[in-house]
Amino acid sequence: MINMYEVSETNKMIEHENLDVRTITLGISLLDCIDSDLNELNRKIYEKITTVAKNLVSTGQDIEKEFGIPIVNKRISITPVSLIGGSACRTPEDFVEIAKTLDKAAKAVGVNFIGGYSALVSKGMTPAEENLIRSVPQALAVTERVCSSVNVGSTKTGINMDAVRLCGEIVKATAEATAENDSLGCAKLVVFCNAPDDNPFMAGAFLGVTEADTVINVGVSGPGVVKKALEKVRGKGFEELCETIKKTAFKVTRVGQLVAGEASKRLGIPFGIVDLSLAPTPAVGDSVAEILEEIGLERVGAPGTTAALAMLNDQVKKGGVMASSYVGGLSGAFIPVSEDQGMIDAVHAGSLTLEKLEAMTCVCSVGLDMIAIPGRTSAATISGIIADEMAIGMVNQKTTAVRLIPVIGKDVGEMAEFGGLLGYAPVMPVNQFGCEAFINRKGRIPAPIHSFKN
Amino acid sequence: MKKCIVTVLGKDTVGIIAKVCTYLADNCINILDISQTIVQGYFNMMMIVDVSGLSKEYKVMCDEMEKLGEEIGVKIHCQREEIFEMMHRL
Repeated sequence: MINMYEVSETNKMIEHENLDVRTITLGISLLDCIDSDLNELNRKIYEKITTVAKNLVSTGQDIEKEFGIPIVNKRISITPVSLIGGSACRTPEDFVEIAKTLDKAAKAVGVNFIGGYSALVSKGMTPAEENLIRSVPQALAVTERVCSSVNVGSTKTGINMDAVRLCGEIVKATAEATAENDSLGCAKLVVFCNAPDDNPFMAGAFLGVTEADTVINVGVSGPGVVKKALEKVRGKGFEELCETIKKTAFKVTRVGQLVAGEASKRLGIPFGIVDLSLAPTPAVGDSVAEILEEIGLERVGAPGTTAALAMLNDQVKKGGVMASSYVGGLSGAFIPVSEDQGMIDAVHAGSLTLEKLEAMTCVCSVGLDMIAIPGRTSAATISGIIADEMAIGMVNQKTTAVRLIPVIGKDVGEMAEFGGLLGYAPVMPVNQFGCEAFINRKGRIPAPIHSFKN
Repeated sequence: MKKCIVTVLGKDTVGIIAKVCTYLADNCINILDISQTIVQGYFNMMMIVDVSGLSKEYKVMCDEMEKLGEEIGVKIHCQREEIFEMMHRL
């Protein structure tokens, strides 16, 4: 039988170390909503989402109450809208109408974000996909809860540089369209390489076409729990360090597995995956940077950061994999800047740069995330940063992403405020040398060779 | 059997166990196991209870127990046993 020590350990994690389930994300396929009439399409989309997800939020709240574990977000991911709207939408403005419908549906069911205003263009773009991408700045400006993503490359196809060039312009235009809110629109736009079909985390969540009609995916969290556990092994060898991370990751993931199973059972929707991620929040004690500092770095960004992060990421996966029946999504440590107090502090202290963050993305999940850069940064430079990050994903057969916020009207050292879970970030300097001639080349970077690994 | 863990934490005072147990008995909740300690004047109790005889909704019981805790001046939490089983048992 469960003993007092075990009960108090679990409750201490929840009450003092910010253990929570970060998100229950309900994936809804909209393929059966496709229609050539835009009004009819919007009607079907609204109806399907509000029918399938009507009990999502209340079920999440019931589980929270019964098990005493906070479930921070309840969200929805949908089939990439470029596929759904392809037949009905002739212009970017037509796609914006779908975005408004999604926003309305999200508000009706009470979820805080709906992801999937997306296009998958890793090799080429259809006219519909290009229209969707061009509609993103307006769509994100006129909606509140819609999240957008574009997959511009993969290990199998290479990098679509035409899409990379377009995305640089779109990031910039999105920043300008939401300039009065510190370019908040860009916080809801992710550019991917090797985007997974089952990611429950925003802003990059969408439901891939390989998925079932509806599915429950769960994202766990728990940087604070890992940090506290590591405090007990200060000065010990790597063996003990790694064991501690694995055991903690196992426990955290078990909670995610439990919640996913319960949600699936109660909603009558199949369970998809648990995403084993260390997802930080701006709250003190809920930071991935603090874990790295506990491992032995004076500040994140110091020499040794990449190695420490590689080890942390790998141990989290090793511990988590056994705790869940199906693992998927992004699974790893997230290193967003604005959503992690330790990262923000490291930027302030002059320890963390964009280049070091890029190196860190080679060994952990996702990529350059929630980084504020000067608003005057050119579209070509943004495309260059995107291209670099996509290349890391393509060559290393991993998911990488870019979520940059060129904060219009702000420059290096100033603060951008996004609010809530999105946090705040100091504007970071970007390399001043240009890459226009590279970015202006047409076509795509070929897929890399899969042999002669060096 | 539907097991649930009740934890009671707070400043020690007269009648905590009596009041909690009265509530449990009134609601047909059977106590399977109790452990209780006092650490530096703080009352710390964990009960494993069987709620299969409960006539009201589980959520309502959680809320009522929380309210009872406020009346006594302690914190009472009720959680389904599975969260601990999942985390601590293979």
